[in-house]
Amino acid sequence: MKERLFRLGSALAVEILKMLSLLLAVSIIAFALVSASPVDPVQQYILGIGPVSEEQRAEIEEYWGVDDPPVERYLNWLSSLLKGDLGVSSLYRRPVGDIIGERFANSLALMLCAWLFSGGIGFALGCVMGINRDRWPDRIIKKICYLLSSVPTFWLGLLLLLIFSVWLQWLPVGFSSPIGVLDSEVHLWQRLYHLILPALTLSLASFANIALHTRQKLIDVMENEYVLFARARGEGKGTILRRHGLRNILLPALTLQFGSFAELFGGSVLAENVFSYPGLGSAVAEAGLNSDIPLLLGITLFSALFVCVGNLIADLLYRVVDPRIREAKR
Amino acid sequence: MNTTNDTPLLRVSDFSVSFQMYDSALEQKELKVISDLSLTVYPGEIVAVAGSSGSGKSLLASAVLGLLPNNASIGGTIAYRGEILSPQRQKALRGKEIALVPQSVAYLDPLMKIGPQVDGTKKPLPTQKRRKIFSRLGLPEKTERLYPFALSGGMARRVLVSTALISDANLIIADEPTPGMTLEQALEALTIFREMAKEGKGILLITHDIDLAFAFADRIAVFYAGTTLEIAPSKDFQTGPEALRHPYSQALWRALPQNGFVPLSGFQPYAGHLPAGCLFAPRCPYKRERCEKEAPSMRNVRGGEVRCFYVT
Repeated sequence: MKERLFRLGSALAVEILKMLSLLLAVSIIAFALVSASPVDPVQQYILGIGPVSEEQRAEIEEYWGVDDPPVERYLNWLSSLLKGDLGVSSLYRRPVGDIIGERFANSLALMLCAWLFSGGIGFALGCVMGINRDRWPDRIIKKICYLLSSVPTFWLGLLLLLIFSVWLQWLPVGFSSPIGVLDSEVHLWQRLYHLILPALTLSLASFANIALHTRQKLIDVMENEYVLFARARGEGKGTILRRHGLRNILLPALTLQFGSFAELFGGSVLAENVFSYPGLGSAVAEAGLNSDIPLLLGITLFSALFVCVGNLIADLLYRVVDPRIREAKR
Repeated sequence: MNTTNDTPLLRVSDFSVSFQMYDSALEQKELKVISDLSLTVYPGEIVAVAGSSGSGKSLLASAVLGLLPNNASIGGTIAYRGEILSPQRQKALRGKEIALVPQSVAYLDPLMKIGPQVDGTKKPLPTQKRRKIFSRLGLPEKTERLYPFALSGGMARRVLVSTALISDANLIIADEPTPGMTLEQALEALTIFREMAKEGKGILLITHDIDLAFAFADRIAVFYAGTTLEIAPSKDFQTGPEALRHPYSQALWRALPQNGFVPLSGFQPYAGHLPAGCLFAPRCPYKRERCEKEAPSMRNVRGGEVRCFYVT
C-alpha cells in the first residue's frame, strides 16, 4: 500500500512537472504571438479612458515599458503572473483573474452538463452499436454519429435555437438568466433552463466522437480470446457485455472522456457565442475581437491549464484503476 | 480399452467446415478447411487429435462448441451422447456438459480477478467447490485474488483446467494445453486429464506435441490437411511403424528425434489447394493411379481406422 502510494506520488510529481513546462511553453508562445501582432495595447487602453495628449501617451508607454526588449517585458509579465497578478482587462477595466473566475464558473456548469451528457449518451450508444455490429441499430446510429461529427457546432446551435426557441418557443434564446431579473434573484432552475440548449449543442458536438470510439473499442474487446472463452463457458451475449465488455472498455472510455477537455473548451467558445452565454468561451471571442491583450493571454493560459488538468486526471485514473498498472511490480 | 458397447460421448461424422472467402478478384469462393472428418470419444478415454499446425485441428474444438466464425459453413453431424448437436443444443451444453480448456492466459479476462472469473455465472456461486478444486490442483488460496497477469505460466494452466473441473462437464476439449510448458508442467497437466478420464469423463486433446500424445492418450487421431488419416490405439504408435497403418503416421513416427529424425519431403497442402484424390497422395511413396483421382474413406484395419485404399 505504502509502496503503491509512493509510486502514484512520484508519477503525479512527474506529470505536474511536465504540465508546468508545457504551461511555460504556452506562455512564451502566446506572448511572442501577441508581441508580433499589430495590436497596440496602449491604443486599446487609451480608447477606454478618453482623449489623451501626446505627453500623457508617452508617459503611459514609459510606465508600461513598451520600448523595453521583449524578453524583459515577458519576464516582467511572468513575474507578476507568478504573484497571481494577471493584469487588468482593457475591455472590462477589472482584474483579469476576477473575470476568468466569474466566467469560468458559468462555463463550468455548461461544460460539466455537456460533458456528463455526451459521455453518458455517447458511451451507451457506443455499446449499442458495438454489440449490434453491422446490424441495423449499428448502421443507423453510426450514420447519425458521422452526420453529427461533420456538422459545425455553431450551425447545430443555430438550428436548435431555431427549432426550440423560435418555432416551438420552449426554451430561451440566450443568456444564462432571464433578462431584467437581478442576479441575486435568479432561481437555480432558471439557470438550468437557460443551460439546456447550449449544453445540448455542446454535447451533440462531442458525443458522436465518444460513441464511435466506444463502438470500436467494444468490437475489439468482443473479438478477444477471453470473450470467445466466455462464450465457450456458456455465457450469453448480455452476460458477456456486463461481465467482460463494460469492464474492459470503461478504462479507455474514461481516458477519452478526460482527454476531451480540449474539444469541450473549443466547442464552448462556439456554443457560448451562439447563445450569448456569458462564459469563458464568449469572453475569449470578446477579448480577441476587442484586442484585450491581458484578458486574451490570461484565458489562453487558463485554458491550457484546464486541458492539462484533464489529461493529468486521465493519466492518474489509469494508474489507480487498471490493476495491470496498479499492481505491476518492478 | 473396450468401449465399443457404450454410446460415445462425442461422435463426429463426415464433418466438414468451409469458409466463405473473397479472393483477389472479389469473387466469393468456398475454402474447405475440414473435410470428411469422423471421430469418436467414449467416456473414460483420452483421444488425442495430433497434427501439424495448419491442419485445422483447433477449428474442430470451435466446431464442437458451436463457436465457428459467422462466415463458416458446416456439413455432416456432431452428436453428443447420441444426440445431434444443433446450434441451440450447443448453446445449452456449452460450459455445462462440454467444457473447453483453452491454450493460454489470453483466454482470461485481464481485468477480472481469478476467483470470480473461475466461478463464472453459475448461481449460487460455487466458491467453496472452487476452493476445493484449487487446493486439489495445488493452487494457493491467494490465487483467487490475483489478476491473470500476475499468474505464472504453471498457475495459469491450472487455473484454466479448473474452469473445466468446476463445470462438471463430461466432455473436455483441451486445445493445445501444453505448449510453452516445461516437460514436468506438461506431464502434470496431462496427469490431471487422466484423473478426469478415470472419473468417466471424455477428453479430446488437441495437440501438435506427438510425443506427449503417444504417451498419454488412449487413442490418437492423426490429422492432416483438415481430415483424419488414421485413428489408432496409442500403443500402436509406441510399438512403431510396423504396427501403424497409414504411410503418414509411419512418417510421423520416423520424424521423431528418438526414431531417427527422418523428415518427410513435401508440404501439407493448404486449404484451397487440396489435391483431388487422396489428400496425402502427393507425398505418398506408395501412391497408385487411383489415389490421385478418388478420395479414400476411413476403413477398419487391424483394430484401427485408416484412410487408404491399399493398406492391409
